[in-house]
Amino acid sequence: MRFLFKTDYEDDIKLFPHSGYLYSYGLLIAVLLVAPYVLSSYLMSQLVFVCIYATVGVGLLILTGFTGQASLGHAAFLAIGAYTAAYLQQFNVPFPVYFLAAGLLTGIVGALVGFPALRLQGIYLVIATISFALIVEEIMARWESVTHGNEGMRVKTMQLLGTTVPRDGPTFYYLCLAVLVLTIVGTLNLLRSPTGRAFVAIRDSETAARSMGINVALYKVKSFAISAAITGFAGVLFAHKLSFISPEMFTLQLSIEFIIVILIGGTFSLHGAVLGAIFLVMIDPFLTYLKDDMPGIIAGVAATLGAGKERAGHIQDAVAAFASANGLKGAIYGVIIVLFVLFEPLGLYGRWLKIKLFFQLFPLYKRATFKRQKIYVKSERNR
Amino acid sequence: MSYFRAENLSLHFGGLKAVDSVSFAVEKSEILSIIGPNGAGKSSIFNLISRIYPPTSGKIFFEDQDITQQPSYDIAKLGIARTFQNIELFENASVLANLLVGRHRHSTTQLWQELLFLPSVRAGEKAHRRRVEQVIEFLDLEPYRDKLISGLPYGVRKVIELARALCSEPKLILLDEPSSGLNVEETDDMSFWIRDLRSDLGITVLMVEHDMTLVNRVSDRVIALNYGRVLAMGSPSEVQQHPDVVAAYLGA
Repeated sequence: MRFLFKTDYEDDIKLFPHSGYLYSYGLLIAVLLVAPYVLSSYLMSQLVFVCIYATVGVGLLILTGFTGQASLGHAAFLAIGAYTAAYLQQFNVPFPVYFLAAGLLTGIVGALVGFPALRLQGIYLVIATISFALIVEEIMARWESVTHGNEGMRVKTMQLLGTTVPRDGPTFYYLCLAVLVLTIVGTLNLLRSPTGRAFVAIRDSETAARSMGINVALYKVKSFAISAAITGFAGVLFAHKLSFISPEMFTLQLSIEFIIVILIGGTFSLHGAVLGAIFLVMIDPFLTYLKDDMPGIIAGVAATLGAGKERAGHIQDAVAAFASANGLKGAIYGVIIVLFVLFEPLGLYGRWLKIKLFFQLFPLYKRATFKRQKIYVKSERNR
Repeated sequence: MSYFRAENLSLHFGGLKAVDSVSFAVEKSEILSIIGPNGAGKSSIFNLISRIYPPTSGKIFFEDQDITQQPSYDIAKLGIARTFQNIELFENASVLANLLVGRHRHSTTQLWQELLFLPSVRAGEKAHRRRVEQVIEFLDLEPYRDKLISGLPYGVRKVIELARALCSEPKLILLDEPSSGLNVEETDDMSFWIRDLRSDLGITVLMVEHDMTLVNRVSDRVIALNYGRVLAMGSPSEVQQHPDVVAAYLGA
């Protein structure tokens, strides 16, 4: 067990509390840097999606995890970022310019969404953000002069500093990784300065935040804007990765996927966004595997257990029909969310902390350490 | 002119007159207590001052400035801090983070500077931290710095709330039942601290309190309220012997 002896106020400010962090994160970065030369192109593509989803996850964490304002509209912010990139590309705007423009525009839209959201709380805010996402989806489908409607838009290969950056090459991966790392560092900086503390204060008690001199409305709008801007940046990368965008890619299901990212990763730390993104990106190939191989496997098991060849064939068909049923993915997502909320509310990162503590304290670990407790009743009167 | 003044302050919820044209003044460096039975309107007066509720009528002055229409977040910037009857701490943050939020009104950094964590932000953080450390020392909170609020006992939370208010370096502090839920020893500590607030830090104190021992020990003056109206005003012993106050408490 390690004990930290703090001798300077700097010890509470610095990003890495002790040298161990430096080594482990340094190692992680090194592994991620050599990944393109080691991993298959399929895994690299998955890794790019992890970076993009994790970036959105960090953005959503700022709003939902740290400011306590739930949002089911982040697919719309992603769409605004993606469409801004695709639209500006037509005029041969260079990548850095439309990348920043997409973030800026999405940030402004986020702030505008933040204003009506000021008076809403909890489930009503969720409904408002869903409505916003539906409005944006509708605009994308109808505003054909700009978005080409349901036909969608092609996104040209990225040109950066005179070179072509193909969407499956290592340079694109490094770019996504850099955006993710910069987002995380910026967010960590924010969280250790007055603005980040104001966000957390608003999450835990608006009344107290107000009485400490925090302009709650202003900071909520700021939180919306920052969260949206980060999602907008991710949207540009998303558009380039897919090379084609259309309104049906940015549906409510995508917003729910983002919520899954932070809920499963853990809402109290930025680690959660990355772990959640890995989980979400890896669940898709797993589902495909289930769909393709499960019927055969189950039929095989049934056959060895003595079911006739015909029976086994029926079973195979039934399982295949079930596995390819419409909306099964959504149902599985729903079940995953429910299970995590019930049994692992701190998410994957919480589980990681528990495992770490178990080995640090072995054999003295107490299960109750992480038990959720609510002893004192909090007043709801001063809302 | 008084340091802090409430003039004919009223707060009506429909037909219910929670506060009914209450007027009082607080002098600089005074400890003034408001007492009264449950539902007398004591906390409502606090909520009017910190602008959680807009008053139905009446005016509030602080340092000769009319603050009746100031937005609630500006009240803290003027130098009025408060604690809450039912503890409104930031549950899922550490004690340090809670106290640093108290420093919010003194922070001057811009968002873009914070994103890059420029040297100015770093210097600001250290300055805030130094002030917080002084408050921690003043209230003996050293063992709890890195603890989460959600794991701390009630008595400690009460002190942390006072600490958070002090971190904003207020000129006037509103204490809503500082001793509720505290045991005898903790109440003793609290009464020492409240007197030290005035003598060491020069802070004016306005407090709502039920514990008459504490009130007698620290207050210069006492206001007794009932049904939103002022029953009596004066020294602690005067107010306690006032026939209307006795009637309000004992129902005689």
